Amino acid sequence: MGLHRGHRARPLEWLAEKIILLISLTAILVVFLIFLFVGREAWPVVIGATNSSLAQEYQEIIPPEDFARVPPARLRQYLGLTRQQFEQMDEETLKDLMALRIEAKAQMPDDPDAELNTTEWRYLLGPHQWTGYDRPAYIWQPVSQIHKYNLVPLFIGSLKTTFVALLFAVPLAIAAALYVSQLAPPRAREWLKPGIELLSGIPSVVLGFFALIVMASFFQALFGYPSRLNAFVAGLALGLAVIPVVFSIAEDALTSVPRSYTEAALALGSTRWQAAWQIVLPAALPGVFAATVLGFGRAIGETMVVLMASGNASIVSGNLFDSTRTLTATIAAELAETVVGGHHYRVLFLLGALLFAVTFISNLVGDLVIHRLKGQLEGKR
Amino acid sequence: MTASTPTAPPAPPARRFRASTFEPVSFFCTGLTGLATFLILAILALILGNIFLQGGAGLSPRFMFGNADKDMFDVASAGVWPMVFGTAARVILMTLFVIPIGVTTASYLTEYAPALSPFTRIIRGAVNNLAGVPSIVFGLFGLGFFISAVGGTLDVFLYPDSPKPVWGKAALIWASLTLAVMTLPVVIVATEESLRAIPLGLREASLALGATKLQTVLRVVLPQALPGILTGGILAVSRAAGEVAPILFTGAAYYMASLPQSLTDQFMDLAYHVFVLSTQSPDIEKTRPILYGTVVVLLLLTFALNLVAILIRARVRRNLRRLA
Amino acid sequence: MKTLRARLLILASACLLGGSLLADITVRGSDTMVILAQKWAEVYMSQHPGVKIQVTGGGTGTGFAALQNQQTDLCNASRPIRPQEIANCIKAFGRRPKEYRVALDGLSVYVNAANPIRELTLAQLEQIFTGRLRNWKDLGGPDAPIILYSRENSSGTYEFFKEHVLQGKDFAAHAQTLQGTAQVLQAVSRETHGIGYGGAAYGAGAKHLHIKKDADSPAIEPSEETVVSATYPIARSLFIYVNPALEKGDLAAYLKWIRSDAGQAVVKDVGYYPLPPDARAR
Repeated sequence: MGLHRGHRARPLEWLAEKIILLISLTAILVVFLIFLFVGREAWPVVIGATNSSLAQEYQEIIPPEDFARVPPARLRQYLGLTRQQFEQMDEETLKDLMALRIEAKAQMPDDPDAELNTTEWRYLLGPHQWTGYDRPAYIWQPVSQIHKYNLVPLFIGSLKTTFVALLFAVPLAIAAALYVSQLAPPRAREWLKPGIELLSGIPSVVLGFFALIVMASFFQALFGYPSRLNAFVAGLALGLAVIPVVFSIAEDALTSVPRSYTEAALALGSTRWQAAWQIVLPAALPGVFAATVLGFGRAIGETMVVLMASGNASIVSGNLFDSTRTLTATIAAELAETVVGGHHYRVLFLLGALLFAVTFISNLVGDLVIHRLKGQLEGKR
Repeated sequence: MTASTPTAPPAPPARRFRASTFEPVSFFCTGLTGLATFLILAILALILGNIFLQGGAGLSPRFMFGNADKDMFDVASAGVWPMVFGTAARVILMTLFVIPIGVTTASYLTEYAPALSPFTRIIRGAVNNLAGVPSIVFGLFGLGFFISAVGGTLDVFLYPDSPKPVWGKAALIWASLTLAVMTLPVVIVATEESLRAIPLGLREASLALGATKLQTVLRVVLPQALPGILTGGILAVSRAAGEVAPILFTGAAYYMASLPQSLTDQFMDLAYHVFVLSTQSPDIEKTRPILYGTVVVLLLLTFALNLVAILIRARVRRNLRRLA
Repeated sequence: MKTLRARLLILASACLLGGSLLADITVRGSDTMVILAQKWAEVYMSQHPGVKIQVTGGGTGTGFAALQNQQTDLCNASRPIRPQEIANCIKAFGRRPKEYRVALDGLSVYVNAANPIRELTLAQLEQIFTGRLRNWKDLGGPDAPIILYSRENSSGTYEFFKEHVLQGKDFAAHAQTLQGTAQVLQAVSRETHGIGYGGAAYGAGAKHLHIKKDADSPAIEPSEETVVSATYPIARSLFIYVNPALEKGDLAAYLKWIRSDAGQAVVKDVGYYPLPPDARAR
């Protein structure tokens, strides 16, 4: 849109235009920065440059008495100090640091697993026979003597809650979209649509609160399962967050199917339902698919609902009534306690980067599909 | 929310055709979809009903404007004023960042950008993408970029001698900036929609009278689009007001004795307070009235804003329909 | 801040950008202590109107991380600092953080009021929380699965329990992770077959088990007397850590006040146990 040749361009106009262009690049810049800054923190884990092995960390011990005998450069490397830090420390502090390493080594668990670098990909994704466990297992126990960073329980948790949410939200939202856009009397449509969209105005922390305080007790009384907070409750609450997303997009796609389709069908003697079901819905199917994909993106990225209502136990189980821990809740619950730059911190950023990648792809797919659909329908009109 | 997709121009209301014959399957299925619609609205009503019935009673001027400095867990004296203030501060600050950038981007996309160039498509793609990024990832971004990178750098230059970071820590400004980044697409999409609704003739008339393009955009197009910009701003505010995940690491405080005094202070927050009260209160049963009251205040805030936005938008669309 | 120019520059930028250089004390860390810390802050501020204190929870791990990342002045901790954490602090600000013992606490094990079990040994607790014992009938209770409630792993209570009751072993994966002690208590009060743990100060709604050190020793109830005398097997000290460079002026006065009779009276109000006078010195 917009006219391309107005008045003769003046220097000020030219400048303003360039500034506007620059500012409008913010969106691209931000996506790029997110990618860069989340990715940067996660990258060492991706390429295997982090090491959480306690045994290797404390393999070498230089007693403080040997302070004078070790060359400074060697000592600096041994204590893991930057040049600046090293220069600012006096002898006493350095000796103190050396003594602390001995203390830390003494507290190191006597466990063969202390040898392992648990941030390697095979421990991040594969099962391992940890000391004290009966069989090889997928364990997420980052605050433990041996930091166990297996991501599988978290993937399962996220997928489980998302699955329940979509199973609940998608049929409901699409049926409602079909009704509101095709079948409802026009007068009802006027208030039905904003009414359902009002659901998106409920903050997710309030949905989480509602799930935690009201829904959890209600469904436990109804079904009598043991864990009050579980994937099922969290998924239902999550579904409430997904419904408006799916509804809006699906309704939009259904509405953009030209009226002439419906009118032709009705003229041929079909009922409104038949026209909606057999003509409009198939024509808008890609849009409905896109709505589902975008709903998936919303569900898997939602944090507060699952943090509050899922029970947050990192179990590998297919049972929907077990407590479960999701990727997002893990980041929210654990990030504040990590030391900036430590391996736990980096693994959490890795989770964030994975989430970003998954939602990036689902958004891309959803948008492409909608874009093509709109193009097709507008072309046919 | 429709924020993530460009909205199609609404079709003109068609005259209703009456199907002459009654068909049971159609009747049944129509009923089924109607039931689904009803079910969603019923759940909505149930949630709101539960919250307002239980929380409405405790709502009083004292609760709204009372300070929490006595004891924020004491039902008789706790107030939510510091949280209301904190939430208001962060969203107002956010609009200062997001509205100018969002409106400029939207103007560029509708007024300046060549419609089909790949460059424009990349911007649009980025905007749509931003709309779908999980809020917790924005929190990570705020921590990694604003606090560590920007704040850390500021500290190095401004306060090299300070024993503790001044800018490189969780603060009101970083929370607001993080939220601004998150709500950027909301503002862009809403503004764009209203810019498109302005008839081309207006622009042509302005240009024909000798106005430059910039003058046309600033004095003719944008004032006309004001309701749309307003809608975008309000939607952004209502979305941001209820978000917790992005401010979890970037600024929210569990307890503060006084209101935030500067941009580098942390703040107490309504939405975060709901989370605190439902998970970390000393006695959940006893503090439940405060919890419900806080939820009601938060909902009133976001709902009032949403309702206003929906009404304005409905009006914009009606005008648009009339013009078309 | 050596020259006048630098000071002016800072002042100017503070005014310009709103950077606050007021004497704020920020407190962060243990969730167990957050209510205590908040109460201390409230009482202290009502007596010293010029001082502003800001309290955030998040867990002991969070507090130590914040101390190392220099995001807080005081770190509340419900477990002693580890050598690795001391080393990180030295790297960050060149000194060992200073440790203050500020209160005593007993860790209670909660069960539902309807649960017939009254006492357990530490070994039984270990088996329950690591998931080896999964049914109440193995402990002489009803035939029902044991529902475990644990805390988020940033919690010092979690780590203390893990270290002192589970002997360093992992919690069972099926233990539900809750964000606060109150949530654990609430869950146990609603779930007939639940078991959880948390500060003895949190009380209402659930039964506190009597704990036996081993099968032959007497079962001991968590109370002020048993915790202060250390006869209750799961008792601990609560700490505050501080960067010594910051310990002057208001902050030093505040720390001193916390360990005074007035500060220790607050401890008792909140439901923890005050330090015996002879233990306050350090």
